[in-house]
Formats: sequence, structure tokens, C-alpha cells
Amino acid sequence: MSTKELSAKEQIRYSRQLMLDGFGIDAQLRLKNATVLVVGCGGLGSPALMYLASSGVGRLRLMDDDLVELSNLQRQVLFKVNHLGQPKAKAAAKVLASLNNEIAIEAQVKRADADNLAEHIRDCDLVLDCSDNFATRYALNRACYALDKPLVSAAATGFSAHLAYFDLRSSSSPCYECVFPEREDNPSANCATQGVIAPLLGIIGAQQALLAIQAILGSGEAGTLHSYNAQTLGQKTFKLVKNPDCACCGK
Amino acid sequence: MQIFINDSAFEVPEQASAKQALASFGATPPFALAVNGQFVAQGQYPQLVLQDGDRLDILAPIQGG
Repeated sequence: MSTKELSAKEQIRYSRQLMLDGFGIDAQLRLKNATVLVVGCGGLGSPALMYLASSGVGRLRLMDDDLVELSNLQRQVLFKVNHLGQPKAKAAAKVLASLNNEIAIEAQVKRADADNLAEHIRDCDLVLDCSDNFATRYALNRACYALDKPLVSAAATGFSAHLAYFDLRSSSSPCYECVFPEREDNPSANCATQGVIAPLLGIIGAQQALLAIQAILGSGEAGTLHSYNAQTLGQKTFKLVKNPDCACCGK
Repeated sequence: MQIFINDSAFEVPEQASAKQALASFGATPPFALAVNGQFVAQGQYPQLVLQDGDRLDILAPIQGG
């Protein structure tokens, strides 16, 4: 049941993007009628979700099994001191609902895995990987590939980050595993072991939201990976290629 | 001839393959390789003959978020 109009309040709320060239009511309705799954409500998920919610993506499903800890508050900007100990997905849903009461937000307090992802992805238009571990990244990529769902994937540790858009609706699209095949010796470094500079999550999470909005509107450039260096503030863009030997999408 | 690996100049013999350049640079897996802004599938490293001035980027996977 897609909505065909915006209320007067929505026209005011979204007025600063409705006036953009090439945006307008049609684009806003596409955001409003979109369902997006965000896996991970941490450093990347916080800014990505805030912008998706404030921009008016109509239905957000949040998946995370962690609880808010004191060491999260340095960078996971959705959370405040009063959320300590609460499930991140639920706390995030509350904050986002207070940011935008025109959208639907669903919290799934569970760890995304190969067994439960399909049911949460099936009715989505787009998936965001904001997770913090390789197991989830590979499971999510495989589930999106199996269900032909576009995937906007981001990762950040230390001073480095990656952002990529895989349009898995197309059979010719490369997937996450084409770039980074699953390996026993994948680096164990994560934000808990190596640390991460806080604003990097804001930069990349915001870009992930931007890319997600572009993907919903059909203007995002798929098949690219952006790498960002938080020491030089330099960004590089690479073209992805499908790996014929890929264990996920190869022959 | 001179190529660039992660923006730093690096010398390799004429006709060096991507695989040879990665070995002499000491790149330790896992990583993805992009040459002149385009990723190269791992199976192509031995056949890919580099040209003078090629720009290689070695990217390690990142899991944090």
C-alpha cells in the first residue's frame, strides 16, 4: 500500500529537500514508501539512521543484539547516558521516533545471522550493513544476493573506512565477497581492539545514508567502493568488478 | 620501471606482473587490489602485466562499524 501524497506537515518537515533540483514530491514519496533494513545500530548505524529517519524514509527496521555501553558513547551518537544497559535497537528506535514521528520504526533485538536474515530482508527495498564483524558482513551479503536486494555496505576501524554500493538486483553486479573473499585469516582488528576516531563514523555513516537515499531514488552509482583516510581526509573511489570465482555469486 | 603502490613510488622490473609487484612490496593477505582505480580479481594477479606509472592500491578488509 504505497502512499500517493504528503500531508501538510510532511510538506513543511521536508521542505528544504523538496525544493532541491531533481528532488520534489515524487522523490519524497519514494522515500516515504521505502522499507530499509539497517543491520547494526552502532557507530555507523547511528548517523546513517538519524539521516534516514530525518529525511523521511517511511519504514526503518533496526537489527542489533548489543546493549548500550559507556565505551559506545564516544561515537555512537544516537545514545545518551540514560540509555546505558538498554538494547541498542530499542534505544535507537525510541530516539529516532522522537526525531521523526511520521515514520514507522521497528526494533529487532537479535544478532543477524544466516538463519534469520531472509525473513527480515524479504520485504525491504534496501539493506544497510553497519555491522561490526565479518561473520555478519558475509551472511548479509549472501542473504542480499539470494533475495536480489541492493546493499549499501560500510566499515570503519582506526582511521580507515570503506563504503560500497552493491546493486544485487542485477545479476552482473559484483558483491562484497567479490572484493573481499571470506578467509580464515581476515584481520581480527575491530573498534574494540584497534580503536576508531569518532568523527570517522559520522563522515562515513552520513555518506552511507546519502548513498542509501540515492539508491532509493535510483540515482546512486552502484559497483563502486570509496575508501576514506581520516588522517589525510582523502577519499578514493574504485570501480568494483565481478569475480568469476566468487564463492557467493560466481559460477 | 616506476609504479605507485598506495601513492608511494615503487620500482619493479619491466613486464612485472601484479603478483610479482605485490610479492616484492611485501603485501600480506588478506587484501583487495585495485589497479588504476579498478579492482582486479585475485585470479588475475599473475596474468596482469603492469605498465610504467600504474597506480596500485592495496586495501585490507575492514570489519568495524
